Amino acid sequence: MERRTIFGGRLLPAALVLPQVAVTVVFFLLPAAEAIYSSVTATDAFGLHTRFAGWSNFAALFADNAYLGALARTAVFCGAVTVLSMALGLVLAVFADREIRGRAIYRTLLIWPYAVAPAVAAALWMFVMHPEIGILGRLLNRAGLHWDYTLNGAQAMGLVVVASAWTQVSYNFVFFLAGLQSIPRAVIEAARMDGAKGVRRFRTIVLPLLMPTTFFLLIVNLVYAAFETFGAIMALTRGGPGQATETLVVKVYRDGVVNLDLSGSSAQSAILMLLVIGLAALQFRFLGRRTVV
Amino acid sequence: MKRRSLLAGAASLALARPVFAQTRAPTRVLFWHAMNGALGDALNRLIARFNKRQSAVEVVGVFKGGYPETLTAAIAAWRAGQAPHLVQVFDVGTGSMIAAGQAVKDLWQLVRETGAPIRPENYIAAVRGYYSLPDGRMASMPFNSSTAVMWYNQDAFEKAGLDPAKPPATWPELVAAAKVLKAKKVTKYVVTTSWPTWVHFEQFAAIHNLPYASEAGGFKGLDARLLIDAPAFVANLQRLLDMAKAGTFKYAGRDNLPDPVFYSGQAAITFNSSAARGALVKTAKFRFADAYLPYDPNVIKRPINSIIGGASLWTMTAPGRTQQEYEAVAAFLSFLGEPAQDAEWAAATGYVPVTFAGSDLLKRQGFFAKNPGTELPILQLKRLPVTDNSRGIRLGGMPELRVVIEEEWEKALGGQQDAGQALRTAVARGNAVLRNFQRAMGG
Repeated sequence: MERRTIFGGRLLPAALVLPQVAVTVVFFLLPAAEAIYSSVTATDAFGLHTRFAGWSNFAALFADNAYLGALARTAVFCGAVTVLSMALGLVLAVFADREIRGRAIYRTLLIWPYAVAPAVAAALWMFVMHPEIGILGRLLNRAGLHWDYTLNGAQAMGLVVVASAWTQVSYNFVFFLAGLQSIPRAVIEAARMDGAKGVRRFRTIVLPLLMPTTFFLLIVNLVYAAFETFGAIMALTRGGPGQATETLVVKVYRDGVVNLDLSGSSAQSAILMLLVIGLAALQFRFLGRRTVV
Repeated sequence: MKRRSLLAGAASLALARPVFAQTRAPTRVLFWHAMNGALGDALNRLIARFNKRQSAVEVVGVFKGGYPETLTAAIAAWRAGQAPHLVQVFDVGTGSMIAAGQAVKDLWQLVRETGAPIRPENYIAAVRGYYSLPDGRMASMPFNSSTAVMWYNQDAFEKAGLDPAKPPATWPELVAAAKVLKAKKVTKYVVTTSWPTWVHFEQFAAIHNLPYASEAGGFKGLDARLLIDAPAFVANLQRLLDMAKAGTFKYAGRDNLPDPVFYSGQAAITFNSSAARGALVKTAKFRFADAYLPYDPNVIKRPINSIIGGASLWTMTAPGRTQQEYEAVAAFLSFLGEPAQDAEWAAATGYVPVTFAGSDLLKRQGFFAKNPGTELPILQLKRLPVTDNSRGIRLGGMPELRVVIEEEWEKALGGQQDAGQALRTAVARGNAVLRNFQRAMGG
């Protein structure tokens, strides 16, 4: 039975929706339009010499090794963050789904990190892992491992991946837990009675039934890794050393704010917007088919 | 109907009342700057003194964040037609501001229109040259200028058996001293540096009379090309890379991130702004002193002047800005250029006095005698002759150029390339940035 609210005229519904529409227009549509306009012009910082430039900004981007490098690096970074945070989230959800004492406490503590802002999380990791002032960082160096993420690109990338994935694990944990709990117990019991072992049960019954959740989380994690990790990366490495942690969104900031190259930066933003639209479209198309998530 | 319009008329009159009741309010000058902490306090003192001294102008100082944020905010504000009257822009933003055209009112123009007593010859050559157009007309008002010097830990020198009153004057001497310091294990690290590109490329070029870029360092045109892959620069970078491998040089990061390494006594020698004096006086638990930047005797026998860092003040335009407002700005700038204010600012902050008169005043007050080492940066800036290579650097996209060089340096430290490759790549990437800027300017 569908619930519908029936309005008398058109004025009231329009007025109720207006605030949200206004916010969307002012904070999303207008800036996006400005960015697209900027991306097809060649302009200086003050906007005094603005010329129409067609596709040349985009062409210059794809001919630039630095941009292609950032694309590849972002793909690696997003993949690593997504896989790490989803795998950990799933493992923890499976364990937290069991009948153990203190289950509620574990669940609460596992959800906490999600409340920490990415930049704050990065600062926390810095205090732990810094080669000079970090607790663990100094220990590693004293143990003989040359730990210095301010000079070693691979270590920097690893640290930034871990710091970004850490807060996201909680988010995935919540959704996986909900997904696990929505699996009908009867199905699990039937499989158990047929003699299926734990791992087999997990592989053939639990995972397939978790697919909608998994797909949804995949998209959300990819978008998170691509965009919301800006604060974490800037707080830890600022894109260094030597571009090792410069993802697309960090590059947009560097080119736009530091270098005041508004045309190139806008072109990069436009491409990022297309990527997100693509991901969202994918999500709607596949998830729209399922009525139960 | 009549009564309603009568009421409406009365209401609008009541609202209009304040306009008629107001007496002549002081002209407000909005001043965006990037000075916080002790520097902010010193600046606020100056502003308060100016406001108290007269009632025609009221300067409102607003701290906008770091230098890049302040510049970005000013540009965005100008685009919205709401630019501040004065903005403090760092040295590497000079290229962008000079190319800003109608968005700024150059100092010479302001002086001509308002008759303010601000003359180029009052300013020391190194400062004047950096902020002037090629024909000598000044574009912005010098305010807080520092230069790069070498700082060293005198206690560490003494413990290692080196003379704390005789710091190394040349690079070979520095390398030798570093070896001694390392052997005696007096400090955790031996040599480090803050502002790696400012010191070891921009300042290195200036004191050795080497061109950093063509077109007189960018002063003469937008089609400048970088020249930092010349043999002298490569040799200098290779020397630092070799020292890093030998354990006598520690690369501790970009900009002023490495400051704490020397302040905490973990390094015996560092390179930093002369304005680091303020922090050292407050926090150092060891005897310290500044020294001239070391030079390479293979490149030059007598080093010439170093270039300034810091920031200057730019006047911005806005639609509807009146002549009266510009006169107010000029009055404030004249105040800042007075010898007494210049001297007090320098003494309180560690920046150098930018006027000859300010410098003389400090000398007469005995400031240099009472605070040893404070005159050294000024003497280094006053070394002659000032050439096309030591007037300063004026390139668009300078912040990005610094990041590019630092990235290539970091890659070389990681063993991925040697100094020659690093600098050739840096030049190629840097030239692309310069051409981008040129294209954006319509050049």
